Amino acid sequence: MKYIDEFRNGTIAINLSGKIADLVRGLDTITLMEVCGSHTMNIYRYGLKKMLPSNIRLLSGPGCPVCVTPTSYIDTAIAISQKYSQEVLITTFGDLFRAPGSTSSLEKEKARGASVIVVYSTLDALEVAKKNAGKKVVFLGIGFETTTPTIAASIIEAEKRNLINYFVLTSHKVMPPVMEALLRDKELDLDGFLCPAHVSTIIGSKPYEFIARDFRIPCVIAGFEPLDILQGIYILLEQITRKESSVRIQYSRVAKYEGNPTALALLDRVFEPCDAEWRGLGIIPGSGLKLRGQYERFDASVVFQISDFVVSDQSNDFGFQIDTAIRNPQSAINGCMCGDILRGVKLPTDCKLFGKVCNPENPVGACMVSSEGTCAAWYKYGEN
Amino acid sequence: MKNDKITLAHGSGGKLTHELVKQLFLPSFNNKALSQLGDSAILPIHGMRIAFTTDSFVVKPLFFPGGDIGSLAVNGTINDLAVVGAEPMFLSAGFIIEEGFGLSLLEKVVNSMKEAATLAGVEIVTGDTKVVEKGSVDGLYMNTCGIGIVNNGINLATSLIEIGDKIIISGTIGDHGMAVLSERESLGFNSQITSDCAPLSGTIKKILASGARIKFMRDPTRGGLATTLNEIVNTQKYGIVIEEQAIPINDGVRALCEILGYDPLYIANEGKVVIVVSAHDADKVCEILKEDSLGRDAAIIGEVVIEPKGKVCLKTVIGGTRVIDMLVGDQLPRIC
Repeated sequence: MKYIDEFRNGTIAINLSGKIADLVRGLDTITLMEVCGSHTMNIYRYGLKKMLPSNIRLLSGPGCPVCVTPTSYIDTAIAISQKYSQEVLITTFGDLFRAPGSTSSLEKEKARGASVIVVYSTLDALEVAKKNAGKKVVFLGIGFETTTPTIAASIIEAEKRNLINYFVLTSHKVMPPVMEALLRDKELDLDGFLCPAHVSTIIGSKPYEFIARDFRIPCVIAGFEPLDILQGIYILLEQITRKESSVRIQYSRVAKYEGNPTALALLDRVFEPCDAEWRGLGIIPGSGLKLRGQYERFDASVVFQISDFVVSDQSNDFGFQIDTAIRNPQSAINGCMCGDILRGVKLPTDCKLFGKVCNPENPVGACMVSSEGTCAAWYKYGEN
Repeated sequence: MKNDKITLAHGSGGKLTHELVKQLFLPSFNNKALSQLGDSAILPIHGMRIAFTTDSFVVKPLFFPGGDIGSLAVNGTINDLAVVGAEPMFLSAGFIIEEGFGLSLLEKVVNSMKEAATLAGVEIVTGDTKVVEKGSVDGLYMNTCGIGIVNNGINLATSLIEIGDKIIISGTIGDHGMAVLSERESLGFNSQITSDCAPLSGTIKKILASGARIKFMRDPTRGGLATTLNEIVNTQKYGIVIEEQAIPINDGVRALCEILGYDPLYIANEGKVVIVVSAHDADKVCEILKEDSLGRDAAIIGEVVIEPKGKVCLKTVIGGTRVIDMLVGDQLPRIC
């Protein structure tokens, strides 16, 4: 298929992997982090790790939107669906459907009767709102700079169409602050970043410049196809072996220095920066986006008052108070290492739960849920 | 977070479905024919081997490019009989209809059942009709059962599979699942994807008659090619390696899978068969398939290997290798 097969050419791949091996022969271990979940997934899907020399270590970063969405967010969505069960329809992207909250997931709530609809885009969610005028439709807005402009567009569109029953529960995140947090992490010793492809098509390469300048860590924006990834790694290694650090764009067919000005303007119109909680990583200043004041009427966290609500919990007759759950996220308690795995300091196999109580049928941590999650990729592609 | 309720994933044909079968149905019904877990049960009756199978159909939408619930119900059951080596003979048809369902739609479904049955040379000889209150089902659900006879000399079992045997797929994968999905979700693509829903009994008959040493066959329906291959190697003393490059996929299916983040290896087929055949006969079987209208795109996609045991591996297009597991839950479209 045109525009796909060119980037999956076996001969070129073997060539590139040979060049990579030549470049790092005899060197100490070089640690690279691919920040984005789509990179992680394709590295496993195409068996790329086995095509790299053993002194190159690839770490997966916190770039899977489902994985970094905090438990409290899922709990809040479940609380809204339970408290307002007669009037609310929850719409969500597919891979959030199975993500675990403190005691349940949207998939399990649906089996118990909650109205949850999986949609393919925010425009589908708007259609659901239009067709269900008597209901309040809540869209679960998560994701990075790639996805957030489409949520912004849906809000502008809802305003234009005068849809008064469309709301968004937001938990949007931005990439550069979490990359900075990782670099300040003493446990991590990175030599280079493979920067996300699609996020960078929106934000461009400028937001990563501080990493190369202040931390002396080279960055390469690489596409998601296997040859993109191999070439991205090669360009990173060239910089590392020459002791240079700059931001380079391998994915130049789509990602530009200035990014996508239209999408950026849309983001800025609807959202403003805020501090954000990342599952397993805690609160990172300036790493989130929330709706601006003039769009408050679309904000599900404002419209639906659930702070006093007791979430019914099948494993416990008493349920739990939602505001307690929000203040004390549960994921750390049960031994799940998602946080350390998202930071790249632990591997899935270091976690006692991995492959045993935590598997794709019964995920304990979010890294096991999304197909982009590190644990799910390890499990699925036989690294267990 | 234990499952105390049935979720959609229990019905996806993947791991949770298998768990349900192994932990609830198998021990409860406990008998030799069921424990084989074949597409059909093979029952020795008065010196004959009768193949018996059942399948229920809850497809949404009822009508999709390339078929409808009626043709699916007939062909699905015919194929379950055909892949165990049986000649399909008689089918039953059960209808659970929602109050208010259009009679003309029902006629359309029945007509396509008639056509499918005629084409495959089977008769629908018994049936049942129930109507339930509006909202209790989604339009129309169906069940079909089928019986057929396994002729003498035909023996198919995973235990006959040997190292070096070849794996053949009778054509492109993922067509049915993606045709239904794009129709159901009104994705707005001008897609040309058509379901492969078809009766395989004629095609399979030709292969069996050729004298080729066929070891085992299965139709890769729910859970797709990946799940079927895993079912074959599960708990066995061999594994399977397949070549990504060799697997036939229509461009439309591939493109839609790329966009949604789906893996075509896990998408349902309704007119394809996976054949395990001795290496010596593989080319011959492939040639026979290619001459048949339902096997035009047949290809040898891999072989049975000694290691890794019980696993299915894929050689990727760029030369890497990865393990292919069974489907876990329904595939979900990705966020980005």
